[in-house]
Amino acid sequence: MSHPQAATEFLKDQAKAKWHDETLWFVRDKRDRISKTIPEWEDLRNLASQIKENVLSKLDVYLEEYEKKALQNGIQVHWAKDAEEHNQIVLSILQKQQCTAIVKSKSILTEECHLNPYLEKNGIEVVDTDLGERIVQFLNQPPSHIVLPAIHLKKGEISELFHEKLHTEKGNEDPAYLTHAARLHLREKFLNAKVAITGVNFAVAETGEFVVCTNEGNADMGVHLADVHIACMGIEKIIPRRKDLGVFLRLLARSATGQPVTNYNSHFRSPSAGKEIHVILVDNGRTAQLARDKFRNSLKCIRCGACMNTCPIYRRSGGFSYGSTVPGPIGSILSPGLDMKKYSTLPFASTLCGSCSDVCPVKINIHEQLYEWRQEITKTHGELGKGLSMKLANGIFKSPLAYKISGNLMRTALKTLPKSLIYHPINSWGKGRNLPETPQESFKEWYQKNRK
Amino acid sequence: MNLKAPHVGLFIPCYVDQFYPSVGIATLQLLEKFGCRVSYPLGQTCCGQPMANAGYERDTEGTARHFISLFKDFDYIVAPSGSCVLHVKEHFPKLQDLETEQHEIHDKIFELTEFLTDILKVKDIQGKFPHKVGYHASCHGQRGLRLASSSEMNGTPFNKAKSLLENLEGLEWMTLSRTDECCGFGGTFSVTEEALSLRMGKDRLDDHEQHQVEILTGGDMSCIMHLQGIASREGRKVKFMHLAEILNQAIQ
Amino acid sequence: MSSRASILNSIKAIALEEKTLPELPSFGISEEIVTAFKRSIEGNKGEIMSEMEFLDWLSESSWAKVYSAVLAYASASNLVLPKDPHDLEDLNLAILEGQFGVAENGAIWLDDRQLPHRAIPFITEHLVIVLKKSRLFPTLHQAYEEIGNEFSGFGLFIAGPSKTADIEQSLVIGAHGAKSLRVVLV
Repeated sequence: MSHPQAATEFLKDQAKAKWHDETLWFVRDKRDRISKTIPEWEDLRNLASQIKENVLSKLDVYLEEYEKKALQNGIQVHWAKDAEEHNQIVLSILQKQQCTAIVKSKSILTEECHLNPYLEKNGIEVVDTDLGERIVQFLNQPPSHIVLPAIHLKKGEISELFHEKLHTEKGNEDPAYLTHAARLHLREKFLNAKVAITGVNFAVAETGEFVVCTNEGNADMGVHLADVHIACMGIEKIIPRRKDLGVFLRLLARSATGQPVTNYNSHFRSPSAGKEIHVILVDNGRTAQLARDKFRNSLKCIRCGACMNTCPIYRRSGGFSYGSTVPGPIGSILSPGLDMKKYSTLPFASTLCGSCSDVCPVKINIHEQLYEWRQEITKTHGELGKGLSMKLANGIFKSPLAYKISGNLMRTALKTLPKSLIYHPINSWGKGRNLPETPQESFKEWYQKNRK
Repeated sequence: MNLKAPHVGLFIPCYVDQFYPSVGIATLQLLEKFGCRVSYPLGQTCCGQPMANAGYERDTEGTARHFISLFKDFDYIVAPSGSCVLHVKEHFPKLQDLETEQHEIHDKIFELTEFLTDILKVKDIQGKFPHKVGYHASCHGQRGLRLASSSEMNGTPFNKAKSLLENLEGLEWMTLSRTDECCGFGGTFSVTEEALSLRMGKDRLDDHEQHQVEILTGGDMSCIMHLQGIASREGRKVKFMHLAEILNQAIQ
Repeated sequence: MSSRASILNSIKAIALEEKTLPELPSFGISEEIVTAFKRSIEGNKGEIMSEMEFLDWLSESSWAKVYSAVLAYASASNLVLPKDPHDLEDLNLAILEGQFGVAENGAIWLDDRQLPHRAIPFITEHLVIVLKKSRLFPTLHQAYEEIGNEFSGFGLFIAGPSKTADIEQSLVIGAHGAKSLRVVLV
């Protein structure tokens, strides 16, 4: 389904669409309020952007430095060129451990690689332990938002789901009650998992450590009880120095949820005695994006989701309407790089309002990249008709006479055509809007009469 | 360049020329009231934005050359449209042989309200406009030209249109719930993502209605055309005027 | 060619011009530091206690399983620390020492030296952290300056009790980690 089709479907349930929009606006508003308590907020954004641009300009140097330090600390480092290889590495570690049941905390990268179905196909039980992710896992859905995976679901739906899966009281929608049920259910999984998988928020080249941020504590509950910790990261998650964490951790939670900081920020440098930590560095299209001058800066992304919360389109069409692992504005500039044809409607699912770029903590020029992707997409995938009509339009606008004639024709036609023709379903404008009234004369005509 | 009476080239967006000539007239009269010598190059057509935003910037060379040839010799170029001005500044295809002219145009083209506040330095406008006014912050003007501070950014609040309107006698500037959310027009978006476009427009209208706005105003007729289209289809009471029309009417 | 080599070669082939890594200014806060820290902890749904209040609270409550890693309160422990952290699954209360706190967000730093098992602050039902008032810093910038080049296999900034808002954005305290955090400011 294209984005326009999916969006139209989503909007059919007007009450739910309104609720979805208001809920996400509430999160955007929280972000606004807290960012205004930090006088140096815009300076922090500038610094974060500059740090990430430095990283992208010498990514190979930092990756090699990171690997060296991590190895010195006793962390095992793997490199995966694509999703397939990433999944194979994870499986091989599990097989070596003879482990068939694991717990996983939030990692959009593992979503991107479709790790869960791959492991399940190979006989591994995967339990996503972030509450929102567990909910969508039960429903066989992907997350609809990278930070708030179940934002599209109401508590009634979750109550029904938990009644079925966890045998909670029918009709009890109390979030505290439902969360407590999930706590008990997942605690059992934590206690029995020999291997735990996490994502990586930041990996520090200087020290070889990496940081995982959660509010629930699920990443840590998994890894500290397991024997083996596998951390999956995109290669762009590197930052140069430990102190750079000060900048990023001040921006991340405030941008994502409007909190001063996530509850837990765990810095992993060395495994505990007798245990293992593995880091898998994943490319999967990132080096290709790095090579694209106009789109390179999309790799600065720290996966905060602020762009989704502010986007008037995302809020009114939902994450699923994008059909991509990462939805919303950032998803719309990352995904065409992976498959231009599949994601060709995404850069057009925007009015280019620019709010996304303003909220991005690392100052990615998202709305400009959306515009640039449109130029790329029409070069390869412009429908013949649209290309022709655009050339025609240029022809008209290049010549004053042609413009005058077509303008007159258009205005005359609108005056004389019956309403039924103008408002034919093919004319989308007219579905819910009237056309402007046609004036007697154009401005040009008035000017020639009155001023020349 | 005569600073006392700058020679302004009036740039009227194609859809304003065709459908809202009163906005063009108001802009012309307003600039003259502030002492400008205004000319309107008759050969002007369109800035090329609809094509560029649809992904065909490379095909707008003809349009861009035509624009540059018509406007390059004015002291200033002024248009009652933030999006058209932004387009000329940032999305004209780069023309090697017209590099100087392009740079100069970039620096001397202005949207109407910023021209009044930043160049003419208009202050303390005397006039009457006893109405409850709601401001629609058209996105390209808002975040492209920074005509007002954005609610999502951390900085000193300002609003160029408000500074021009707020002292008009009787004018009440109504505060909205979402001060700078997009109306959903977005050019071809308005037809390619019609359901979303409509929903966004309705939400903006609801916001203005909930805050007792009598007259919805803004700097871009494209947004207003979209909102007015919905309002008239749905029989909503709110009226629409471009900022130029309000100022021109209020100032004698 | 190994994936490592092909990834690194792909990056090197792009041959980008290096962009400058900025120096970091040291931002502070305008509020008095202890007040700010207290407000942050309370905002995160944690609780601040004086030592007196803590001792009162401790004597009034009866927990089945308590473990204190803080020498001053060793008498509060009623168990011997097991070798396997799994055996702490029914731990009711853990008392730990924090190295320092951050006023802007309530984050408290602990590392392996304060954590006999890394799992303790997460697996315990309730958590108490003892912190010196004199060891509070304004922002994370000063925090990382303080940590400096210190080497610990594991370090944690913890800022409150475990929480989630995944169900219709309703805040629920006590997701998978500790259901409460009390900070004893001494």
